[in-house]
Order: sequence, then structure tokens, then C-alpha cells
Amino acid sequence: MLQRFLHHKTAVATVSLVLLVALIGIFAPWIAPNDPLATDIINKFAPYSAEYPLGTDNLGRCLLSRMIYGIRPTLGLAVLTMLGTICLGALMGLLAGYFRGWIEEVIMRVVDVMLSFPSQVMVFAVVALLGVSVQNVIIANVFIKWAWYARMIRTGVMQHRNSNYVLFSRCIGTPERFVLLRHLVPSIASDLAVLASLDVGWAIINISTLSFLGLGVQAPTPEWGAMLNEAKNVMTSNPTQMIVPGIAIVVLVSAFNLMGDALRDVLDPKEVSE
Amino acid sequence: MIPMIEMQNICVSFRSEQQEKVFGASRKQVLFDVSLSLPKGSCLGILGESGSGKSTLGRVLCGLLKPEKGQVLLDGMSVYRSRQGKRALQNRLSVVFQDYTTSANPRFLIRDVIGEGIRARQRREGIALNYEKEVTRLLDLVGLEASFAGRFPHQLSGGQLQRVCIARAVACKPELILFDEAISSLDTHTQVQIMDLLKELKERLDLTYAFITHDLTAVTYMCDNVLFLYQGRVTEQIAVERLAETKDEYALRLLHSIIDFEA
Repeated sequence: MLQRFLHHKTAVATVSLVLLVALIGIFAPWIAPNDPLATDIINKFAPYSAEYPLGTDNLGRCLLSRMIYGIRPTLGLAVLTMLGTICLGALMGLLAGYFRGWIEEVIMRVVDVMLSFPSQVMVFAVVALLGVSVQNVIIANVFIKWAWYARMIRTGVMQHRNSNYVLFSRCIGTPERFVLLRHLVPSIASDLAVLASLDVGWAIINISTLSFLGLGVQAPTPEWGAMLNEAKNVMTSNPTQMIVPGIAIVVLVSAFNLMGDALRDVLDPKEVSE
Repeated sequence: MIPMIEMQNICVSFRSEQQEKVFGASRKQVLFDVSLSLPKGSCLGILGESGSGKSTLGRVLCGLLKPEKGQVLLDGMSVYRSRQGKRALQNRLSVVFQDYTTSANPRFLIRDVIGEGIRARQRREGIALNYEKEVTRLLDLVGLEASFAGRFPHQLSGGQLQRVCIARAVACKPELILFDEAISSLDTHTQVQIMDLLKELKERLDLTYAFITHDLTAVTYMCDNVLFLYQGRVTEQIAVERLAETKDEYALRLLHSIIDFEA
């Protein structure tokens, strides 16, 4: 499998890009040239220079530093959202798919209800209900997305639950925990990895959207969506301030989307039509 | 002889895929009034063509499918009536399936495949077994080298993998093993090898076999009794030695087809 991964150019390129971005975010204090929060009002809207490689924003803060520090909330929150979504969705999907009967009925009807709401409206409703904070944005995103995962995972589990090795386990009375964790979870793990990597892109956009609207990460924390929000007032006079976080979002989200496709090809060679 | 496991008037039906009405609940009956008994130490062949309900009967026998009517008795205790009954069946029964490609989890090493059976035995008897030693012993029992333990299922041939499945079935120290078409998907030569192995294991471990198949030759080779299943009904139950005296139409047809084939 490693061999196949290394031969797949898109997979290698996107995974290394994402890893690189993550590393830059982790080591932000050593890489960023300036303090992202330090204002230098005299030098506001400064063009490229040695001190400020990408110029400064409306408060004279270093754009490059803000972008580098911005990786932390943007990527970190997106990954956190996906982890929450997968945990909740996988648990519900496993229970519904494996035990069937009334458990499945209850879970799937809740899922149907969740899926019948437009997702953006649900996010706004949850954030409005719980108050504006980063924590609530994550809760809102997990809340609308888990149903989707529960449904996907249930289908995967149902495919495997009647395979002979699961039937054997049930015949000899292997504990349910073992069947679920050792047989079923690994069987659906690759599908799950693909779905999750595709959806990290979605989570980034969603969190940035909420921050742009002022409902997510609050100023002065550097977050790419929030940076766009600050930049929109000076869009014509200082376009750099908007272009920098804008391009960063586009590149990272595209990388995640391409990575999802590439991982699917790597993990499941049957899907590739050649 | 006291039967070890007994099935009384089993009826099973499934909800039809195509319903005449929108919320229709018409059902298709698969098993009609099936009764059988399996004495300890015997080998019963359950013979039937495709769609005769023999695999469904196997599911009922190994505790996976609750019949609508009738009961399964294990030493006089009803299996589906209570949790204890089911537990008792799980502790004494093991199973080998037809399709060996899906019988073992493709992500498990052979060691772990057999390990699942060993773990079931440890749990039941409350003892700690030497894992490596036990795997080696079981592999040796089915005629495989110890080096197979570190391989994946797809790195084994069909016959080898079926032997692994038998080792796994034996690992949990059952008294009764159900073979659901366990040898049908192997070639003739391997079939004979596996059947010889099964005969030997039966003697050594004092096992009882239930053998589901569509292959009359295999039944005459292995079993003491044959039960003919035709369209969900038991048409005849007869000892193998008296097979020639059968009056049953389906059995006769099968017998003739074999004779034709050999002639």
C-alpha cells in the first residue's frame, strides 16, 4: 500500500502540502517574522518589505505572521470538528448498522430529521442559540454533520455484518465489543478516511464563513475567515490584505479535496478505471 | 441414543421482496415443519439442492435465526427461549462456512483468525493458554506448518484457508461443528483430503458433525445419516447404508444422476 501511495503523484503532493502547512502552524512562533498581534499603526498598509514580507494590514500588523498563526485556528478547528463528527457519526452508524431493529429505527429517524434541514441555517440557529464562540461553532458543525456520517457508516457496516467472519464470531459468542472494534471498524476505516479528508475542506470553509460573518473566531485572533472580514473594508485600497488569506483558504481546501480523491484511489484500487 | 441437539417442527418464512400492496406483509415460507435429531458422536448429512432451505436450516441450527414456529433443543433445553440456552449453544457449537474467501477477516493474520477461537475457549473455561503454542498445535492438527501463522488469508490457497477455518472452528473446543457447504467450493482432490482430515478430527476430538451439502458422494463418504430437504420439507431421513432402499423421489434422482455420471 505504501508502494501504491508513493506512486500516486497527487496523493504524495497533497499529503506533503497538508503536512507542511500543519508543521508551519505548529512551529508558528519560530517561523513567523513578527508578532501577529503587535500593531504598528505608522506602518499600516505597508507594501512588501524585508520587515513585513507580505506587507501589513489596516492596523499595521504583519500579514505573513497573521497568516502563519492563522493556520492554528483554521486547520486545528477543522480537524477537531471532523474528529467530533466522525466519533459521533461512527458510533451511531455502527450501532444502527450492527444491531438493527428498534435501535436502527430510532437513530435513522433522527438522522432523517437532521438531514432535512438546510445545513447553513442549522449552524446559524445553533450558534444563535448557544452564543457566539469558537466552541459553539464546533458544536454546531458536529451537530449538523454527524447524521450524514451515521448514514454512510451504517451502509458500510451492513455490508460487512453478514460476512462469514462476523457470522462465525456471532456463532461462537464472541463479545459484541470485539466484533465491532476488531472486525467492523477496520473494514470501514478506509472509506471513513477518504470521506473525512474530503470533508476537512468543507469544515475549513464553514468555520471561515462563520468567522467572516463574525460568528466564529473573534478578533484579534488571526483566523483566515476573520482576516478576510477585516480586509473587506479596505478591499479596493489594499487588496493584498484580502488576497493573502483568500488564496491560503483556496489552496488548503483544494489540497484537502484532491487528497480525498487521491486517497480513495490509493486505498481502493478497484475504483480506479483503467 | 439420546439426541444431543434436536429440532422440532421448525417453520421459517421471510418477508417477500415484492409486495402486492404498499404496506403488504406477505411472507414466503422457506422451511416447513422440519424436525431432526442429532445424537452425540454422529454425523448427519443435510442434502438438498439450491434454494431448498438447507442454509436457512443451518442458520437456525447455529443460533443466528430465530424460527417462527418450533424449537431447537440442546440436551432438552430450548435454545431460542432464553439467554442461557443461546449461551449454551454458543459454547458447544462451532461452524465452518462454504465461502472460505470471506470466512476469515482479510485484515487479520492467520494467527489472529485462529486466535479468535482460542479466545472464545479461554473466556469459557476461564484459563489462560499459551497463544503461540496453541496456534502452532492447531495448525499442526489440520496439517499446516507453523510458519502459516504470520500470513494473511489472501496468501493462502483455498484448501489451506479452509484448513485454517477448520482449525479456528476446533480452537474453541466445540462438541458440535456445523459445516455449511464447507467443501463444495474446493476441487475434488482437496475435498477428499479435507474430508479425511475431518474424519480424523472427529475420532480424535470426539465431535458431532452436521454436514450441509448438495454433494451426495461427500455425504456417503462422511456421514452416518442423511436427511433430504426438498423445497423446505424433509422428504426422507435414512441411514447411509440403507441409501439404496430409498423411496424418495428426489433422493432417487440424485442417486441416478451419480450413477449416470460414473457410467
